[in-house]
Amino acid sequence: MAQAVATLETAHGGGHVSDHDEGHSDHPPTSMGVDSRKVAMWVFLASDCMFFGALIATYLIYRGRAEQLYKAGQGKGPLPHEILDIPYTSVSAGVLLMSSLTMVLALAAVQKGDIRNTRVWLAATALLGSIFVGGQFFEFNHFHSEGLSLTTNMFGATFFTLTGFHGAHVTIGIIMLLSLLFLSLRGGVTQRDALNVEIIGLYWHFVDIVWIIIFTLVYLIPYEDINSKTQEASMLLKHIGLG
Amino acid sequence: MASIAQPHVLVTPAVKPASGLWSWITTIDHKRIGLLYGVTAMMLFLVGGLEAMIIRLQLVKPNNDVVSAAHYNELFTMHGTTMIFLAIMPLNAALFNYIVPLQIGARDVAFPRLNAYSYWTFLSGAIVLNMGWFFDQAPNAGWYGYAPITEVAWNPSRNVDFWILGLVLLGVSSMAASINFAVTIFNLRAPGMSMMRMPIFTWSALTVSILLIMALPAITVALILLSMDRFVGTSFFAQAAGGDPLLWQHLFWVFGHPEVYILVLPAFGVTSEIIPVFSRKPLFGYSVMVYAIGAIAFLGFGVWVHHMFTTGLGPTANAVFSGSTMLIAIPTGVKIFNWLGTMFRGSLKFTTPMLFAIGIVSQFTIGGLSGVMHASPPVDTQHNDTYFVVAHFHYVLFGGSIFGLLAAAYYWFPKITGKMMDERLGRLNFWGTFIGFNMTFFPMHFLGLSGMPRRYYTYGESSGWSFWNAFISFGAFFLAATMLLFFYNVGKSLRDGEPAGNNPWDAATLEWGISSPPPAYNFAQIPTIGHRDPLWWDKYDKGGDHGHFGDHQDLSKMNEVRGHIHMPNPSYYPPIASLGLFMTALGLLFDNPTITIGLLHLPSLCLLGLIVMVVGIYGWAFEPAG
Repeated sequence: MAQAVATLETAHGGGHVSDHDEGHSDHPPTSMGVDSRKVAMWVFLASDCMFFGALIATYLIYRGRAEQLYKAGQGKGPLPHEILDIPYTSVSAGVLLMSSLTMVLALAAVQKGDIRNTRVWLAATALLGSIFVGGQFFEFNHFHSEGLSLTTNMFGATFFTLTGFHGAHVTIGIIMLLSLLFLSLRGGVTQRDALNVEIIGLYWHFVDIVWIIIFTLVYLIPYEDINSKTQEASMLLKHIGLG
Repeated sequence: MASIAQPHVLVTPAVKPASGLWSWITTIDHKRIGLLYGVTAMMLFLVGGLEAMIIRLQLVKPNNDVVSAAHYNELFTMHGTTMIFLAIMPLNAALFNYIVPLQIGARDVAFPRLNAYSYWTFLSGAIVLNMGWFFDQAPNAGWYGYAPITEVAWNPSRNVDFWILGLVLLGVSSMAASINFAVTIFNLRAPGMSMMRMPIFTWSALTVSILLIMALPAITVALILLSMDRFVGTSFFAQAAGGDPLLWQHLFWVFGHPEVYILVLPAFGVTSEIIPVFSRKPLFGYSVMVYAIGAIAFLGFGVWVHHMFTTGLGPTANAVFSGSTMLIAIPTGVKIFNWLGTMFRGSLKFTTPMLFAIGIVSQFTIGGLSGVMHASPPVDTQHNDTYFVVAHFHYVLFGGSIFGLLAAAYYWFPKITGKMMDERLGRLNFWGTFIGFNMTFFPMHFLGLSGMPRRYYTYGESSGWSFWNAFISFGAFFLAATMLLFFYNVGKSLRDGEPAGNNPWDAATLEWGISSPPPAYNFAQIPTIGHRDPLWWDKYDKGGDHGHFGDHQDLSKMNEVRGHIHMPNPSYYPPIASLGLFMTALGLLFDNPTITIGLLHLPSLCLLGLIVMVVGIYGWAFEPAG
């Protein structure tokens, strides 16, 4: 299995598709001097920004709807301020942010050729990510037992959708990390494969940054005074017809 | 710019031309994938055309009953969806696939297996989208799928589900293809081929790819939310529980308007290739042309609300988006004038590709002008949902995109097949298409202004619309006949066309410097590019005084095989990964036992599909690339 976690092989402009023995770490000859797989990841992340942008916009547009309907006697609880547990999620957010540090340490180790530590830090990153996803699983279960599901009210629908898609992203990241770890245990990751670690790292850091935004918007900004304090925002929304 | 090392060829045995069905299923050659895209999309173009013919048959006289109202809904929905997602977009992808690597001097795209995956996922999406016909539940909510008619309460059968899942698969396919093309163009250019030396067609491919990369997520999210409404019971777009149908329109048009440029920019690229060749002059204002494409793409993201002027968003939103819409006319006008400037005082040769290219310049302009009319909210309020809008977008999509694709077909057919297309039939094809097109779509302006609404399956005798409708239907049948003439010409030319040689048009771009059809490896040795029109420079300008343009250029060894050329192996993993995605979609559409994992209830076929997909992806990731 020495041949590459090259998830996507490349046929470079030179027409020279590297044999696995020649490794992937040194820059192949490309117009920009950057490996094509790395460019592809950046381009994908640009697209993923728009994906989360659309999901977050949906969340913000419907923010407060559940409360409005509840106050009007038409909607059901639980409402966000009754159920969101900020200290609990702060801990799991902290865990996820720490995983970015271990990801960087994994990259530094593989770039130095220190495969033993590469494995340690890859495993640590996957573990921290798993703790985050596990925390989310228990949070979802708890909310579900409190009576909040996708169909309960607009808060349930938007909350589970937004945080669920983020959780799915983290899960895919964990699968990639574990695949890489498994490969390295079989001796398939060397200093020349640092790029693979770097590309998965790009993805991982991106998912972390997205969580900072989601955590702030969903958990930290208070809900109770939504109607009075965000009148300007709702005026803005009215202008595009979504007030 | 970092230069690309010359190929270290001489590795393994030379590429054997493979044949047989299996070689097409496992192919990762960009030219073969381009052909697969092209042939599939042309067949689907005929399906979309057939749907249009039934629509015109229904409207040929008042109170007609060729189809029921419900079937009419399915026909116009599938006509629009098919022509946009299954004909024009994949035909553009076919051209990008075949031509772009040749124009930039590359051996293949950046990720050949991902390219194969794009094609097979496109095919899966096309099948899912059309599957509804066989169950009498074809999509029926318009190509824009406005909420709330797509909600279960109004549309309880599977019609909309075929549409949602088909579009999701097509989105995955387009996303993979766009990332691939963008990286290819960024990274696999031959030495010396700087961005500002790229052919305009390659620029249009890059711009379209970036537009898709940035616009597809909006519709993906919209489709996910809609499918959750339909499959899970949320109410993102249903008003009862606090949802807002207008959010669908916003998300849809944030994608839908850039989509308009996604459809038409490749035609602009083709026009910019053809007009210089047959005017015997370099393109007038190359850099301004590039900036204009960029400006159109940028502004294209800021105009989506002009599709929503009649939804009551208020004067502020309408004024802002009206202004931004009118702004787009400027870069578009710049392009039109650049084409005219290229033709001005050129030695014009009116071959079939040139006729179609000039056709775009004239016909697209008509669509562009009615587009500027719609940019004004009061005018749009009059035109909205009438045949005037139908006339407008057929002028830009047929007069722009389809004319562009026909121009491209006539222009690159010799390169792709090694044979010339019949020129006499070609001119007949052009004039027939030109007349049939205007007969069909121009009178729709009149019908629209006299108030005939879109999407109605029939009209009364007292409406006064009978004459023009009969006229339009007659024009449409004539137009269809000219399309068949095109297919006849393709068949005839494939059989007994004149041999084309490398460069029958004496064109300037790199693809014409190699044999027709190109060898599997495209370029025996990668050339060094020093100029914008590399072949013309070599042929006409060499030794001239070129001042600052005098970069080193070497095309001499492009066709000179030195030793063996090592190419990536074929792979069956991309179609397996696509198959998994296809099975997952089927699992959501057809009744099958459900498996419960925690809070998730997954249909078993979905689970199986996901497993197949994961197997495909892992096989793909771990198979040796060379």
